[in-house]
Amino acid sequence: MRDTPLSNCEKRFLLKAIEEKKRLDGRETYDYRNIKISFGTDYGCCIVELGKTRVLCQVSCELVPPKDSRPTEGIMFFNLELSPMASPAFEPNRQSELSVTLNRQLERCLRNSKCIDTESLCVISGEKVWQIRVDVHVLNHDGNLMDAASIAAISALSHFRRPDVTIQGRDVTVFSPEERDPIPLSIYHMPICVSFAFFLEGSYLLVDPCEREERVKDGLLMIAMNKHREICSIQSSGGIMLLKDQVLRCSKIASVKVSEITELINKALENDRKIRKEGGKFGFAESMPKQRITTLKRDKAPVEMTDVEETASDIVNTTETTTEPVPSPVLVGMGTAQVGEGIVNSWGLDEEEEEDDEPQTEDTKTDEVMVISDSEEEEVVILNEVQKSKKTSKQK
Amino acid sequence: MAGLELLSDQGYRLDGRKASELRKVQARMSVFAQADGSAYLEQGNTKALAVVYGPHEVRGSRSKSLHDRAVINCQYSMATFSTAERKRRHTETLYPRSQIDIYVKILQADGGNYSACVNAATLALVDAGIPMRDYVCACTAGFVEDTPLADLCHAEESGGGTSLALALLPRSGNIALLQMDARLHQDHLDTLIEAAMTACKGLSEVLDGVVRQHLEEVSVLTRD
Repeated sequence: MRDTPLSNCEKRFLLKAIEEKKRLDGRETYDYRNIKISFGTDYGCCIVELGKTRVLCQVSCELVPPKDSRPTEGIMFFNLELSPMASPAFEPNRQSELSVTLNRQLERCLRNSKCIDTESLCVISGEKVWQIRVDVHVLNHDGNLMDAASIAAISALSHFRRPDVTIQGRDVTVFSPEERDPIPLSIYHMPICVSFAFFLEGSYLLVDPCEREERVKDGLLMIAMNKHREICSIQSSGGIMLLKDQVLRCSKIASVKVSEITELINKALENDRKIRKEGGKFGFAESMPKQRITTLKRDKAPVEMTDVEETASDIVNTTETTTEPVPSPVLVGMGTAQVGEGIVNSWGLDEEEEEDDEPQTEDTKTDEVMVISDSEEEEVVILNEVQKSKKTSKQK
Repeated sequence: MAGLELLSDQGYRLDGRKASELRKVQARMSVFAQADGSAYLEQGNTKALAVVYGPHEVRGSRSKSLHDRAVINCQYSMATFSTAERKRRHTETLYPRSQIDIYVKILQADGGNYSACVNAATLALVDAGIPMRDYVCACTAGFVEDTPLADLCHAEESGGGTSLALALLPRSGNIALLQMDARLHQDHLDTLIEAAMTACKGLSEVLDGVVRQHLEEVSVLTRD
């Protein structure tokens, strides 16, 4: 199904907020949302949560014949899937523009930057090499899928262990993980994508846009860098015009963010390694904390309260007082009360017709049960309207 | 990889150019009589052909039309293996509820395919008479041992070094598109973008010359 379009009110509200340098969740312009990286029980499985955006990445390997043009190099295969569970806008048949863009950007970020040593994946030159397959699945879409996908992919690749092999002449023996410890991949560096969203003709930019902010953006600039301050890929999309210093400024911000995120990834990998060595429990089930609801709990929404009192008193002082007093309710019968009187019927019925109808309604008694349906299961009671005699005010 | 020296000691590249020299650019406009606008551009050995139809009514589904602006439909294909990519962009608040089609074909690819496409498309749009804020010029730039190279050919692009594709509006200096692959240290980014921008400005002068010359030819013909 198609995504619900954003209303003009919401668009205006978001743009106005951005103009005043405020974000919906209280972040600053250059702040990332909370990043949580957790690893599964198998090697090479990783879930990244960027705020509410959730992405799962799985790395697997297989022995295949190499490409003819590169007989001594292993093969890397990337695949990003927008699962329909992520957003009602994603449909199972995949060729949407967003999916193509994300796939291409992921490939460029990881493959062209040569972060993995593909020569080490060669087993027998020209005959057998390892094919590393990286599958990224988007589980929840709350903005900034590219960043989450790149973090997930590189974390999963760093976490992955491939089976050990020995070669004797032309025979290849692949050892299972029980026989020999699997070997990690040789990763040169960790490229991480940072997305900048531009608004209002490029005058405002935000790092890590959430889903709402993404909808009103003018364009996007994605910079992939590693912690050694090497830029692996830059891609600008959307119809925005950039200036050179904007691009340079973004690259500086990106380098700061990338070093922070790389720290996070390394810490998560270290934690996982420790837990596995000590024999503790690891995997996704362990990484999700047991959440108990004891009473009705609501997260504190960050609301700015600085000028509220002054603004409120201003509003109260400047508004006009109400002209008419609201009449107090009048009890007319059991369970029926009336506040004020009805207004004049403006539908243009003739006065005579109204008067004819009135005596008829007065004849029917209230509380009479009129049988409409023959069914024994239903009991239909018609509630007659309250008798209004001649519109005289019944106010006290 | 031994053998391929992208930049020799004397500062000459594989095809004998200096580091900041562009390849020879030749262009012709109005190559097709049928289309509203057309252009043929040669940038070294890369040859691109662009054809513009429009603005006209939105074909296909009515839902694609926007009530206050035109939809630009771009289709890009390479002649040898026709990978057609369609991209749709909404710009030009001038022609509401209409569609402008731009078809670009690469006849011969020798590096800088994307830039040649953009340049050819610009000329075709100018030929079609669609009002534009500025020329859109695109050029590639690379980096070898602290020296930026302008306008990469195929061997330099696939050599594994850095390559940056930049589309620029020369008068305002706004970057319309920026795309870069392969590793580059952040400090070199400034020089690389500068080199690409200078190359684009040079290219824009060439395109400007082509347009003016074409205009002269056409006005001479129509005067008689």
